[in-house]
Amino acid sequence: MPKNKTLNFSVEVQQNVEQFLYKQADILDERNWEAWLELFTNDGKYWMPAHPEQKTGDGLPNIFYEDRYLMDMRIRRVEHPYAHSQKAGHRTSHVVSNVMIESEDKKNGNLVCSSRFHMIEYRLEKQRYFGGKYTHSLERIDNSYRIKLQRVDIANVEGPFDYVMQVWL
Amino acid sequence: MPYDQDFDLSTLVEDDRVHKACYADEAVYEKELENIFYKSWIYIGHESQVLNAGDYWTTWVGKERMILCRDDKGGVHVLYNRCPHHGALICNNHTGNSGNKHAFRCPYHAWQFNMDGSLRNLPMKDGYEGIIDLTDPQLQMKRAERQSTYRGFVFASLCKDGPDLETWLGAGGKSAFDDICNRSPDGECEIVANCFRIIQHSNWKTFLENQLDAVHPSITHHSTGDAASQMQKVYTKETGEDPPMGYQFLADFALPYEVWDSLDTIGHPFGHTQLAGYMGLRPRDPVTLAHEKVLTEAYGKKRMDEILSTNIHHVLVYPCLSVQPPLQQLRAVRPLAANKTLTEIWHFKLKGAPEGIYERSLAYYYLVNSPSTMVNADDLNNFRAVQDGLSLTGGGDWVSLHRNAGQDTVENGITTSITGMSEQPMRNMFAAWKEYMSTGA
Ligand code: FES
Ligand SMILES: [Fe+2]
Repeated sequence: MPKNKTLNFSVEVQQNVEQFLYKQADILDERNWEAWLELFTNDGKYWMPAHPEQKTGDGLPNIFYEDRYLMDMRIRRVEHPYAHSQKAGHRTSHVVSNVMIESEDKKNGNLVCSSRFHMIEYRLEKQRYFGGKYTHSLERIDNSYRIKLQRVDIANVEGPFDYVMQVWL
Repeated sequence: MPYDQDFDLSTLVEDDRVHKACYADEAVYEKELENIFYKSWIYIGHESQVLNAGDYWTTWVGKERMILCRDDKGGVHVLYNRCPHHGALICNNHTGNSGNKHAFRCPYHAWQFNMDGSLRNLPMKDGYEGIIDLTDPQLQMKRAERQSTYRGFVFASLCKDGPDLETWLGAGGKSAFDDICNRSPDGECEIVANCFRIIQHSNWKTFLENQLDAVHPSITHHSTGDAASQMQKVYTKETGEDPPMGYQFLADFALPYEVWDSLDTIGHPFGHTQLAGYMGLRPRDPVTLAHEKVLTEAYGKKRMDEILSTNIHHVLVYPCLSVQPPLQQLRAVRPLAANKTLTEIWHFKLKGAPEGIYERSLAYYYLVNSPSTMVNADDLNNFRAVQDGLSLTGGGDWVSLHRNAGQDTVENGITTSITGMSEQPMRNMFAAWKEYMSTGA
């Protein structure tokens, strides 16, 4: 593989992928939950490993490991009128950058891309800060992409965590 | 309330109410460290955390920073994390291995220590010749004053005297570890080498009290319980299959009051307290049947029945642990300040038990105890609200523990609650608190 992997891919694919990742960040910040679920394939998963070297989420402790059902449940909880810890308001702002296509299946357009994110969260008159790496396995469907697996490696993976994460990063 | 040195701490605790200073006053907190955390036994870790020679984990006993480690003869040690030379922390990571020499090396001037804390070597020894013997104890890493293990669970006490570990645990405390280990056909469990650490902006007692607070789940966790029961239906409708057990764990948090009220809580000496189980972890599914089979082979049918009918959901080992034996979860409580508490969250595998039993434990570890928990998100928010409220000067001085006060049954020093919602667990823990704080038990 050449040193600069990204050069192997077309500008158009690069742009499409970037737009997709920006859209995902916007959906999350706008709490557009219906659209959030639509980002994933039916068997799609959102995964935040508990260790940086972790190769799979199956059978191991994870910080997040959610299929569409678990994601749907999380949405129902945060939107529930008695979700007390959401009452104080909860706002986030993501920036996604350094988007690199790692590999692409030229036959069907499916690809793996990595990117970096920074995110601030405001809640209870306090701000928290998160950063890390996304690795998306994307399926090319209907002229757009769907997420088969989103791996999220946060910089502070070992913790300790000051409070918990109520929604996905 | 400003704390003054002559203040009698025992007046902060009455039979049915306690003063807010117990939770919010830094001076009271300092006294708690001195009289409780530096006197009682404190859970350090599990032997299987340090499987190999040189392995170590660091943790806290009050403000003291401790090391759990294993030497090359298999011995497990609890040491103060402090270099006897100029006092640097020896282990600066949460966990690791001391390298192929199985010796700690201080990052400052390279004094080296064996895993039992003894001085192994140091550079330029001649500077000490004729001055001090290098085997002098003051040149060694200090060991915890006492160390003891029950069924693989390692405790330390920073006080030379006091009851031995088993006496101190008593039937109530021991049940936490027995009920985990007995569920293994080998009688042993093994820790999963992952520690979730979560900081709570609240007093350490608030967390322990909440664990056995049967009034709060259906209120605090209403949203999660509802969402989980809705998803059980969606899941079955879409897949035609039974939803994974995890959804039931969460749906249970919103059980109606009557169910919680029908449970018992049992107060033991030294503040250890149990909650009877509710999660119906003995369904007739293939995993449970396979578990029954291996336990019957190991212990016979009668004993297997006894083991699996043990109905304990929660055991508090006061002041340091909340254990959920049937799900093999453990949360260690590390108070950092009056208003700040670290929890270290672990789970275990039962040696020789079917993989499916571990999958249940893992599902609970994820859904309830991980840093993305939907359950504790609301608990932690309440704990913070309690701490903020108790830190106010006005608005009242006392915390009410009146629910069913005086109605619980006491027999041979063991208190059984009249109902699951009795505030017996809080009163039992405060009775121990008062004892520790007035006598330094
Ligand atoms: S402080 Fe440890 S060797 Fe000097
Ligand atoms: Fe709770």
